Amino acid sequence: MKFGVITFPGSNCDYDAFRTVVDVLGEQAVYLWHKDHDLQNVDVVILPGGFAYGDYLRAGAIARFSPIMQEVAAHARRGGPVLAVCNGFQVACEAGLLPGALLRNASLSFLGQPVHVRVENADTMFTNRYAQGQVLTMPIAHGEGRFTADEDTLDRLENEGRVTFRYVNAHGGLDDESNPNGSMRAIAGIVSAEGNVLGLMPHPERAAEALLGSSGGLGIFQSMLARVSA
Amino acid sequence: MSRYRVSVHIVPRKGILDPQGKAVADALHTLGFRDVQDARIGRHVVIDVAATTSDAAGDSVRKMCDRLLANPVTEDYEIARVEGLP
Repeated sequence: MKFGVITFPGSNCDYDAFRTVVDVLGEQAVYLWHKDHDLQNVDVVILPGGFAYGDYLRAGAIARFSPIMQEVAAHARRGGPVLAVCNGFQVACEAGLLPGALLRNASLSFLGQPVHVRVENADTMFTNRYAQGQVLTMPIAHGEGRFTADEDTLDRLENEGRVTFRYVNAHGGLDDESNPNGSMRAIAGIVSAEGNVLGLMPHPERAAEALLGSSGGLGIFQSMLARVSA
Repeated sequence: MSRYRVSVHIVPRKGILDPQGKAVADALHTLGFRDVQDARIGRHVVIDVAATTSDAAGDSVRKMCDRLLANPVTEDYEIARVEGLP
């Protein structure tokens, strides 16, 4: 399977994502420059973490006007998988690929730390290798990760099984201390209505090998392989 | 066409947690400004546009707010001022 990793000016997790695909997964990956107009027939698009365009105006607000984003949106409309991590999640929200917005952490601090997230729906193309309710460890590294949406949108996400990950404690329980950024309903990751776009603040590509402290994120990549190859 | 300078205020929507605004309100209380009831921190954007009238200049910047300058999910905006430029 061929993965395309988008590089915006200011992306800084593109190599991590590339390495996970090529070295850990043993699949093919290409970098796609933000000014490109061609997705090079990739099967999966990864919008990586970083600070695209310096996060000017709002995180992700300028990146969505990159030429390549037209192609990413078309790919998503065709049902192509898009994995949007951290800044990529912010870009996907600004581009309208996912609902809601990611605002300044409630603590006002940039947070770089491991967190626990619970798999809330193991029946998506990004989570089918996990068990329902499984608790994963992945790092976060963001200043603006507080998921925010209106109540109707939140209810719709819940009712349609589109909340894929929630911040929890090590035992899988919900509490305020385990919600690092103050996200509404402790939401760490969601999928689009069609289920082919996943946005999440934790970094699965930084938790794909035991050497890195956790391989909890690897299942997201393996799930895509299982689904898209099938 | 005339030139206009349009100022727009963009602030977090009421009801959306604004931790910066809350921190500032708390600091003001600490300083003794006990009458402060709420503070919200947003952006002030100044745009120079060519337009036929000041109303048209305001309308143009409203469209910019809808499409880029404000996030419709979380922010409100208001045109604070439209002034003619020489």
